[in-house]
Amino acid sequence: MSRIAATFAALKAAHRKALIPFITAGDPVPGQTVPLMHALVAGGADIIELGVPFSDPMADGPTIQRASERALKHGVGLRDVLAMTAEFRKTNTATPVVLMGYANPIEAMGWEAFCAAAREAGVDGVLTVDYPPEEAADFAAQCAAAGLDNIYLLAPTTPPARLAAITRQARGFVYYVSLKGVTGAANLDLAEVAERVGMIRAESGLPVGVGFGIRDAETARQVAAVADAVVIGSRIVQEIEQSTDAARLDNVRLFLAGVRAALDA
Amino acid sequence: MQMHDLPDARGHFGPYGGVFVAETLMAALDELRREYEAAREDPDFQAEFHHELRHYVGRPSPIYHARRWSEKLGGAQIYLKREDLNHTGAHKINNTIGQALLARRMGKKRVIAETGAGQHGVASATVAARYGMECVVYMGAEDIKRQSPNVYRMKLLGATVVGVESGSKTLKDALNEAMRDWVTNVESTFYILGTAAGPHPYPMLVRDFQCVIGEECKAQMNEMLGRQPDAVIACVGGGSNAIGIFHPYIPVEGVRLIGVEAGGEGVATGRHAAPLSAGTPGVLHGFRSYLMQDANGQIIETHSVSAGLDYPGVGPEHSWLKDSGRAEYVAINDDEALRAFHDLCRFEGIIPALESSHALAHAAKIAPTLDKDRILLVNLSGRGDKDINTVARLSGIEL
Repeated sequence: MSRIAATFAALKAAHRKALIPFITAGDPVPGQTVPLMHALVAGGADIIELGVPFSDPMADGPTIQRASERALKHGVGLRDVLAMTAEFRKTNTATPVVLMGYANPIEAMGWEAFCAAAREAGVDGVLTVDYPPEEAADFAAQCAAAGLDNIYLLAPTTPPARLAAITRQARGFVYYVSLKGVTGAANLDLAEVAERVGMIRAESGLPVGVGFGIRDAETARQVAAVADAVVIGSRIVQEIEQSTDAARLDNVRLFLAGVRAALDA
Repeated sequence: MQMHDLPDARGHFGPYGGVFVAETLMAALDELRREYEAAREDPDFQAEFHHELRHYVGRPSPIYHARRWSEKLGGAQIYLKREDLNHTGAHKINNTIGQALLARRMGKKRVIAETGAGQHGVASATVAARYGMECVVYMGAEDIKRQSPNVYRMKLLGATVVGVESGSKTLKDALNEAMRDWVTNVESTFYILGTAAGPHPYPMLVRDFQCVIGEECKAQMNEMLGRQPDAVIACVGGGSNAIGIFHPYIPVEGVRLIGVEAGGEGVATGRHAAPLSAGTPGVLHGFRSYLMQDANGQIIETHSVSAGLDYPGVGPEHSWLKDSGRAEYVAINDDEALRAFHDLCRFEGIIPALESSHALAHAAKIAPTLDKDRILLVNLSGRGDKDINTVARLSGIEL
């Protein structure tokens, strides 16, 4: 069983929901990424989404754009992100790591080289925003061969037939984008989320994660009531951005612990 | 499949093109593809498009023999396709008319656009005014500084111009921001993409709307000279004016197709905007094509005296034409383009856009190596009024 499947199985047995925080690797400095990953686990993270910095993050709002720019100032590339994951794995072999980013850094490395290196580094899943299933069939096959879960996004605009088709080929978990917009926007419609999650569940036994637009413990609790996992990105990146170097790890851990408490209440 | 029948059903030109976007946009692109396929076969749509091109844009644009300049260069005869004489001063309006008619057909009341030099922004603001639509134009903060007359033009036409401060603050960042707007307002908004790039069906539909340039040329050359040119030369940023004049010539044997990229300070310096000359394939802005990128797959900042060519990617059909060998691509540096700009002013009384000056410069480079009975057809894609501040500044003159 993959690390992602095992994590969801254990959570299900304990009647708990998964908390999936996102940070951008290399933000604000490369040396703080692995300590931040451990702080996320200490704060209650079940899976970590690690953002691969990209020069042109088309699907991201200003908060995550700035995180990418900070990381790129330090020259952080995909190979560095894999090295950070390997470093994290030295002391944590339980928490799944999902890389989230854009196609071009993977294209530049080459699919085969990337899959082999990601597996070697201890990556569990890959979410590539601009690889829709139509363009990603060969890539998904190589991910599967390397034991990586290729995670697909579904959106409020995804038509039902397409939602069903994507859900059936999904692996790991299904990521439902809870709003029309970029990351960090704030126009989440809970009733629509609940309806969509129901449609996804009707097609597959895979867990459903919901993200984009979840900014506080209360919203996280409401979303978790209808989904299997809650993804929080921009709000955590904002915590990283606004903290002093000395307080950053504590602030991130404490923020996440607050969300965790709301999910477990 | 014939080369000029591409793309395939999912928008691929060989390994290039495709649809590489976030899931939220997939349904909108699918809707656009279906709507465009219907419009393409709809005689009423085509008739209205051509009526607008004739009565609003002023087509057909003439072909002009640049006789004095050709004589001075002492070789092949240079003919200019006068897209600079179109309403709004460039080829961009051909495409924005087509897309605005599509937007109206789809019931969208709000249009958005990205712009580099401001030509596409002006052309979008113009058609939005013409058809009574709300218009928002995204423009890099750096380009707003370089192209202030066009910014004011857009405002006069009733558009909202949004400055983009992220990344390199140029065309690619404006495109990112337009995509973000579209993701957020996808149901109410039509995205008027300015060049033959982006996710399918944009490269195809922009090309189809711009093909009026090449179709006219074929008829006009035949009428004027009873023959077709030996080479067709056009500048390539995203590549819409070039594909518009190249595409109808793809099946015509004996006509060389030469795309001219922005060499900036020189391709060897790395400070340029010439992905076909010095880039590698990758994925950006929804499609696969040649890109300017580093070893990590990060997009490199581009450099060109011409804001309209300052783009790190290129339309996917050009990547395919390059690999297949049907078209050849070269780079012209800033100083060579400026020399051609001044030459056309002084020898022909035509102020060309800095973008088009790259194509002119390449024509000037090869004309002297060819016999006097050879014919080079250059797409003069835009007029240079918008560039006079830039050119004056480079000459040390404050206007």
